Amino acid sequence: MASWQPDPSFYPSPRMAAKAPAEGLAYVASFDPERRKPDAIAVVDVDPASATYSQIVGQVNMPNAGDELHHFGWNACSSCLCPNAPHPHMERRYLIVPGLRSSRLHIIDTKPDPRKPKIVKVIEPEEVAEKAGYTRLHTTHCGPEGIYVNALGNAEGKAPGGIFLLDSDSFEVLGQWEMDRGPQELAYDFWWHLGHDTMVTSEWGTPDTFENGLVPEVLLGSKYGRRLHFWDLHKRKHLQEIDFGEEHQLVFELRPAHDPTKAYGFVGCVISLKDLSASIWTWYRDGDKWAVKKVIEIPAEPADPDLLPPVLKGFKAVAPLVTDIDLSMDDRFLYVSCWGTGDMIQYDVSDPFSPKETGRVRIGGIVSRETHPGAKNGTLNGGPQMVEISRDGKRVYFTNSLYGPIDPQFYPDGIDGWMVKLDVADNGGIRFDDKFFVDWPRGHRPHQVRLEGGDCSSDSYCYP
Amino acid sequence: MSPWLVLAGLGAFHGLNPAMGWLFAVALGLHRNSRRIVFLSLLPIALGHAVSIALLVFAVVVVGLIVDQRILEIMAGMLLLGWAAYHAVYGHRHRVRVGMQTGMLGLGFWSFLMATSHGAGLMLVPVIIPLCLASGSAGELTAAGSLPVSLAAIGVHMAAMLGLTAAIAIGVYEWIGLAFLRRGWINLDAIWIAALAATGLILIA
Repeated sequence: MASWQPDPSFYPSPRMAAKAPAEGLAYVASFDPERRKPDAIAVVDVDPASATYSQIVGQVNMPNAGDELHHFGWNACSSCLCPNAPHPHMERRYLIVPGLRSSRLHIIDTKPDPRKPKIVKVIEPEEVAEKAGYTRLHTTHCGPEGIYVNALGNAEGKAPGGIFLLDSDSFEVLGQWEMDRGPQELAYDFWWHLGHDTMVTSEWGTPDTFENGLVPEVLLGSKYGRRLHFWDLHKRKHLQEIDFGEEHQLVFELRPAHDPTKAYGFVGCVISLKDLSASIWTWYRDGDKWAVKKVIEIPAEPADPDLLPPVLKGFKAVAPLVTDIDLSMDDRFLYVSCWGTGDMIQYDVSDPFSPKETGRVRIGGIVSRETHPGAKNGTLNGGPQMVEISRDGKRVYFTNSLYGPIDPQFYPDGIDGWMVKLDVADNGGIRFDDKFFVDWPRGHRPHQVRLEGGDCSSDSYCYP
Repeated sequence: MSPWLVLAGLGAFHGLNPAMGWLFAVALGLHRNSRRIVFLSLLPIALGHAVSIALLVFAVVVVGLIVDQRILEIMAGMLLLGWAAYHAVYGHRHRVRVGMQTGMLGLGFWSFLMATSHGAGLMLVPVIIPLCLASGSAGELTAAGSLPVSLAAIGVHMAAMLGLTAAIAIGVYEWIGLAFLRRGWINLDAIWIAALAATGLILIA
């Protein structure tokens, strides 16, 4: 229902959002890789003053098993304040939680008790497929025309994947977003530049090429996604495609600058077929077109084949596998998760074309198995994966699982879930908060983290 | 109260609403770092608003030439109540066609769409009908009498709207800043819906 004033967590600009109070709770997607027990959204206490700091203090279970909860988002955020489509009298209250495998969509109310969220609506996959023509629901964003959800497959589970709209009041599926998709076939992530009326989308693959794990032939044949797509956000029309070339595979997480006047952003490419390196690219406005430039290359590390999983043995090296990145609210620091080597790297990207490394920690990793002061046993598996930054940029949270069927390809002895937190120094530099180590309950693995009140990948802004 | 004052008051009420354009003007000024853009943007915003209202007033006068005054009032009143209901249920839920890269033409089109979908012109009907009637001979609504008085009414409304829009836009751009929106942007749409419904009831009663 409409409120009298805007939600207090809506901020006109990223500058104002960076002054938001610290978050007290984190919501974390938690899934059963065996698909026997229902997945859940776990509530983690992140208030250092609390007696239950760094503990799971609540949980809401999904009604079915096997959803594979992955990414999720809020029903409403700061983009409600945009001048061209204002609708600020809403509450940031509901989490929109898709199942990547099941294509089921859950609407979860966090309001009556933020520690005891409740499911208020479930949209079955058949309804999404019928009304929007999509399956394998992936990422959600609140935006100018309601709630945007993307999907990796069409109704038959094939290409094209794409985006559909959900009504932000009734949560009715409104239908496919694209009006002219041009050559776009594959989907992975999406976000936009509200100040430049531009949607950006990236690519993974069709469901048959990832639902049983990565297929080596597809990867080595450069058949996974390697392109960025740029769209007119309001005409919903494909404008431009940029191919990163045969060498580059899996173009994943998109992090546009939060400042809406800036026309650039960062995207991670998981792996190079040439040398297993990972890379970060900056996309930017070049005249009346978009262009990309590789700005970071993270090399593979030579390793004893005996310590490597079968997929990497022949290469005698551990690939960094950059599977997630996140940009701080002031567009100054970029955090890069190297799920393979176990590094979390902080770069100063004040100059988006010339990043400078300002911090690095290591935890887990295919070979290193680095531990954490808060961990009970000496070695940790999994590596830095979904990463989320507090609005003030002082705290960074991340978890260690990538995707059910892919986890064992790189961590054959299994992944024991954990969630950790970094403290960030004012001018760069990161270190672990020794007191924050969430030893994830066995049987579940953690994935995306969302922070109470918003975070650095939840909100977009119309004012600088 | 003088109908002209009411027209000006409604113009101010429309201008006050961030959804009617002053906020868009401020945003465009901030994006392009230019006070000139704030001022320039106000013109298509006011024009788009005025065109939306003019079309509605024109429609009312044309229908008024055909039907009795009482029937006209009831028709307009029903339309207002319907619009209020539509706005209460659907509100902002419509396609977004104009974005932050818009030019002046797009801005005028946006303002026209916003004023039309909000039923801005409808709100003026109870004031316009008596003015048009008074202008004709023997209290009859005539085309010749209605035209100048309608244009004057739209002019007064638009001037008041433009004046307030400009004052707020420049005040926010230069001094106040946007932070006040976080608490100060009260739900004018709810008041708007009430105003539409009240206007409809006045006409029917």
